[in-house]
Amino acid sequence: MFGQANVLAAGQAAFPPTVEDFYLPSILPWGAHDSYWFTKITAMVWIAVGVLIIFFLATYRNPQLVPTKKQWFAESIYGFVRNNIAVDMIGHAGVRFAPYFTTLFCFVLLTNAFAIIPLFQISPNSHIAFPAFLAIISYVLFNYIGIKKHGFVKYFKNSLIPPAPWYILPLLIPIELFSTFIVRPFSLAVRLFANMFAGHMLLLVFTLGGFAILSSNAWLAPISVLSWVMTIALTFLEFLVICLQAYVFTVLTASYVQGALAEEH
Amino acid sequence: MYFLAAEGGESTHNPIIPLWQEIVVGSVAFAVLCFVLMKFVFPRMEQTFQARVDAIEGGIKRAEAAQAEANQLLEQYRAQLAEARTDAAKIRDDARADAEGIRQDILAKAREESDRVIQAGKDALAAERATIVRELRTEVGTIAVDLASKIVGESLADEARRKGTVDRFLSGLESTGAR
Repeated sequence: MFGQANVLAAGQAAFPPTVEDFYLPSILPWGAHDSYWFTKITAMVWIAVGVLIIFFLATYRNPQLVPTKKQWFAESIYGFVRNNIAVDMIGHAGVRFAPYFTTLFCFVLLTNAFAIIPLFQISPNSHIAFPAFLAIISYVLFNYIGIKKHGFVKYFKNSLIPPAPWYILPLLIPIELFSTFIVRPFSLAVRLFANMFAGHMLLLVFTLGGFAILSSNAWLAPISVLSWVMTIALTFLEFLVICLQAYVFTVLTASYVQGALAEEH
Repeated sequence: MYFLAAEGGESTHNPIIPLWQEIVVGSVAFAVLCFVLMKFVFPRMEQTFQARVDAIEGGIKRAEAAQAEANQLLEQYRAQLAEARTDAAKIRDDARADAEGIRQDILAKAREESDRVIQAGKDALAAERATIVRELRTEVGTIAVDLASKIVGESLADEARRKGTVDRFLSGLESTGAR
């Protein structure tokens, strides 16, 4: 976890940053480059899970009708996802999905947030594995819900055959098939992954760029300071992206579930 | 520029290909998170929300029940009051009627009493008169006979004759008196 900071301090960091900067040596076994079971990334995932579980269990151990501050905060998170995402997108039937959506939202938000939290400073979601399995869960969820509600044939009929004149259908059905059942999980996963990947890459470029400029010529120090100021500015941008992407991922999942539940196309 | 030996410009990782170990770890971790939060936390939040709604709606219902009870009691009291008023009026009417009856009774009794007293007086007077008349008749007869015998000078000792004369006289008197 501190390896990167030491590298920076020693002025040994490579510039420009590469994809390899996203794959840090594993923690256990220490320093291995081909072991992925216990790395900084997986450790952060476990930390996120642990923090969320402890936070929610601690704040909701003894719920009161008149909430305490902590309880109110936990309820606000759930209430936000429940009312502003689940119920808004799906309607009253959305309440039963609210627990999953809230879990998803909190998990994505916190793992995203690691991108700008000091000492973590990289989001697990910049590794496509995590957005990928979340997207697979969303994909399975909305298809399962749709099939369960309408039955296999009617669900696919609803999803694939839009209300359009028959002669346009040969064009529309492949598009619908492609966009609904093939592209959706990829777009969901890649959107989150790419945002977090690019965000981390940007921060790396400006941080390491400052060091690179400084070590090439001491007279260019003001420019490296400018580069670091840009890093700070981009950190704010990154904060926006973090919240937005967590929201977007949850809203899109809700939207897919809503589409699967809808009676007509 | 210093390149770490391990990195050395080679790119062994493709960022778009997920590492299967990370998928496994992430899935397990996320499953644990889902299990705990969806089983122990969010259902309880829903319960709390529901309890809150119930508390508010229950309060309204209780207030409505209390209001209804108060209204019912008010109705009851009003009914009782009206009943009491009717009773009072009835009692008053009865009392008035009773008083009237008693007055009539007393009046009747008084009238009867006065009638009786008057009758008794009349009777007593009649009896007195009859007695006086009888005494007078005897006395007047004797006096008349005495006077007549003195005048005439002869004693009308003969009872039968004397009696007949007196009676005839008196009858003559009575018949003139009656006329």
